[in-house]
Amino acid sequence: MTAVELAGITKRFPGVVANHDIHLSVRKGTVHALVGENGAGKSTLMKILYGMQKPDEGTIAVDGEQVTFSSPADAIVRGIGMVHQHFMLADNLTVLENVVLGSEKLYGIGAKARRKIAEISERYGLGVRPDVLVENLGVADRQRVEILKVLYRGARILILDEPTAVLVPQEVDALFDNLRELKSEGLSVIFISHKLGEVLSVADDITVIRRGTTVGTAVPAETTPRQLAELMVGSELPTPETAESTVTDQPVIQVKGLTAFASGGASLGDLAEPTPDSGLVAEDTAETAGAVKRVLDDVTFTIHAGEVMGIAGVEGNGQTELIDALIGLKRADSGSVTFLGEDITAWATRKRREQGIGYIPEDRHRHGLLLEAPLWENRILGHVTEKPNAKGVWLDIKGAQEDTKRIVKEYDVRTPGIDVTAASLSGGNQQKLIVGREMSHNPKFLIAAHPTRGVDVGAQAQIWDQIRAARREGLAVLLISADLDELIGLSDTLRVIYNGRLVADADPATITPEELGSAMTGAASGHLENEELAAQAELEEHAETPADAPEDEAR
Amino acid sequence: MKKFDKERLLLAVAGPVIALVVAVALTSVVLIASGKNPIEPYSIMFEQATFSDIQVLIINQASLYYIAALAVAIGFRMNLFNIGVDGQYQLAAMMAAVVGAHVALPAALQVPLLILTAVFTGAFWAGIAGVLKVTRGVSEVVATIMLNAIATSVIAYLWLPSVFGVKVGNNNTTGEMHKSGWVPGFSMGEAGEIYGLVILAVVLGIGYWVVLNRTRFGFDLRASGASESAASASGVDPKRMVLTAMLVSGGMAGLAGLPILLGDTHTYSLNFPTGIGFLGIGIALLGRNSPVGIAFAALLWAWLDKASPELDFHGYDKEIAVIMQGLIVIAVVVSYEAVREWGLRRQQRRVGAELAAGHVLGAANNTEKEVAGR
Repeated sequence: MTAVELAGITKRFPGVVANHDIHLSVRKGTVHALVGENGAGKSTLMKILYGMQKPDEGTIAVDGEQVTFSSPADAIVRGIGMVHQHFMLADNLTVLENVVLGSEKLYGIGAKARRKIAEISERYGLGVRPDVLVENLGVADRQRVEILKVLYRGARILILDEPTAVLVPQEVDALFDNLRELKSEGLSVIFISHKLGEVLSVADDITVIRRGTTVGTAVPAETTPRQLAELMVGSELPTPETAESTVTDQPVIQVKGLTAFASGGASLGDLAEPTPDSGLVAEDTAETAGAVKRVLDDVTFTIHAGEVMGIAGVEGNGQTELIDALIGLKRADSGSVTFLGEDITAWATRKRREQGIGYIPEDRHRHGLLLEAPLWENRILGHVTEKPNAKGVWLDIKGAQEDTKRIVKEYDVRTPGIDVTAASLSGGNQQKLIVGREMSHNPKFLIAAHPTRGVDVGAQAQIWDQIRAARREGLAVLLISADLDELIGLSDTLRVIYNGRLVADADPATITPEELGSAMTGAASGHLENEELAAQAELEEHAETPADAPEDEAR
Repeated sequence: MKKFDKERLLLAVAGPVIALVVAVALTSVVLIASGKNPIEPYSIMFEQATFSDIQVLIINQASLYYIAALAVAIGFRMNLFNIGVDGQYQLAAMMAAVVGAHVALPAALQVPLLILTAVFTGAFWAGIAGVLKVTRGVSEVVATIMLNAIATSVIAYLWLPSVFGVKVGNNNTTGEMHKSGWVPGFSMGEAGEIYGLVILAVVLGIGYWVVLNRTRFGFDLRASGASESAASASGVDPKRMVLTAMLVSGGMAGLAGLPILLGDTHTYSLNFPTGIGFLGIGIALLGRNSPVGIAFAALLWAWLDKASPELDFHGYDKEIAVIMQGLIVIAVVVSYEAVREWGLRRQQRRVGAELAAGHVLGAANNTEKEVAGR
């Protein structure tokens, strides 16, 4: 019996196809995991199922009956509930008040509601106390309140969006026990994650989503993390073969002992503050309470002219902080960055860019473009002080427009003109514009974060060509990517980042995506060699990926 | 690319036109509801606009509104809400009046001195909010509202006879300024005099456009407003930008009271116009932060102000104009957002369609690759 059946779901946003021909079938009384890299389209799909967005094509069936949702209220009526990654609770209200909020009609707000909460809590072993203020609860307790909230509204199908992102391992285990309770009561759970170890331990079925479409399903008992990783990142793409080495012995960028501490947000350091009222969390995080988490921990490396250094790692392991420290958006707390022999640790972002550091940002919409500005203004962005965009303190609008036309031509940005807004281009064309812009200033060091994410295969090959051509001319590149083929294919040297540390290095000539994938879980360290790794892979069947900082909220 | 330029013009005009139509319609509803003729008040007010003395009043009033609205608009362009223009221009006018009454230089030096006094006073007052925001994260909205209240108290203090005040009957003034600081107006004969500093308003408008659209600083400021994250990744120091924008906005605000101070009252008294800073917010909104748009909006506002008193003589309430101003502001906010989204979608569709039809820039190396926006 299927609880939910999604067939042929397609969802387009202006310029991008977020979901394309997605098929998903969830059996009743099971935990169904939906896995895929960030930006693969998992969240969009769940928003569609929860009625927050309407699909352009495709059908949704709940309990065998075709439905259309125009709002989450419709989905709730059908018994679908969602636990968001970011909790939606009012801190200054009690658990009871939070649960009844918006559903006062169901069981009132008094004794009846309290009884109902106690009953649900008892039945699924949630251990929720109705009269505690939410602000006094730890993360894991809050999550249970969210789950209870959804059950209170009569949900039979629960969507959990990255529920483990904010939990420490013991809490994850407790959550999984809860999930098993739920499914033994006949409820269905859709579990979104990109942490393979967890998925394999809790799910009954797995659907893998990549680049907006479902690429396969897996049965956990017959699947290894490596096979799953392979499905997730894909390996059918044209592998860019490594040409003859262009690495010179001239260091371009030297990073020494870069360390940064977590600040703000829901990192473990913050969560560890004392929570007297919630015994569970206080115990679990006691060990981390004293120390602030290091998001970058003593990172040291050198990139030479003509060298591409790839950094592999599960997202949220310090890549963002490393990029920020290199481009100067956020200073590291200690350590130094040297660029062509000069200490640039204290330089501002603008000076770094003027002096020849190019930047292809992780999130092009947030950091790379002014979406509502015309293309030629986007060509100026980031290089407003440089030729051909400026003459003295004045903008050189003619120059910028002419050069935009050149970039559009040379980099095959498909647009009817340079006066259209960046938002009206597709993701791939936006990316080509960014790459063209950064390359036009002859950078000596390029930070390339996911340079081909969300880009179609044709544009991808083109961007790879650009990077390779510049590398031949002595460009040093720091390549951060979730696409392991891209990493292996483009890089001259490879490092693995885990929990803010560069824990391993590998030779891209000999390593395979599967080997790299398992090193990313933190199981292997030191220099990765083929045989050695194969042996280690056996030991880390249940290796867990880190439960630390939540992933970037992209798109 | 002519098509897209026409498109942009259409989008720019659609917002205010829709807002005005809605506001007029709703005002008429109010008139009908109170049992009045819904058409006649407009014709009375239009007739007023044809009298040359009213025209002079409108232009003079509009110059104050214009400068205040420009000050607000600078903040808006980078997502800063300077509600404190009101306090800034009053305090600045007061300081200029005090300096004008106590310093006597030749006109060629006196007028620039007064202008600089006003600029620095306004910038200083706004700068407090800027520093608070940059160093302590205090919302500029809260800080500037508080500073408005403080400015009122500071002005009351400065009005004390023991400080700078001069009592004229029941009125608090700062004493008459020296003649060298008076700026002569343009005489319109019977109709009256247009303030000399209307020229200043025009110059500020041109300067605003040039700085925003033609300089690196302006680009950084606009980028910060369009996307703070993209701007800082592009190398804009966000804190410095906030502080600079507050200072410029405050400096501009400081000038808002000068046309009337140097052109007419020559003293800062209880009769000095208040509330211009708040009206400037609505005018900047209606004018879409563009110097030309703001000019139209300021004239519209001034017309509503100066033509409405006549309504009282025809059995209507002049407050109709105030109702209309309020409705315009609300309608503007809604219609602009709607038009903006509509325009964006429309352009995305057009780009998609044009690409599908093969109208691509640099079509030489197009192959069978992807087509955007479809």
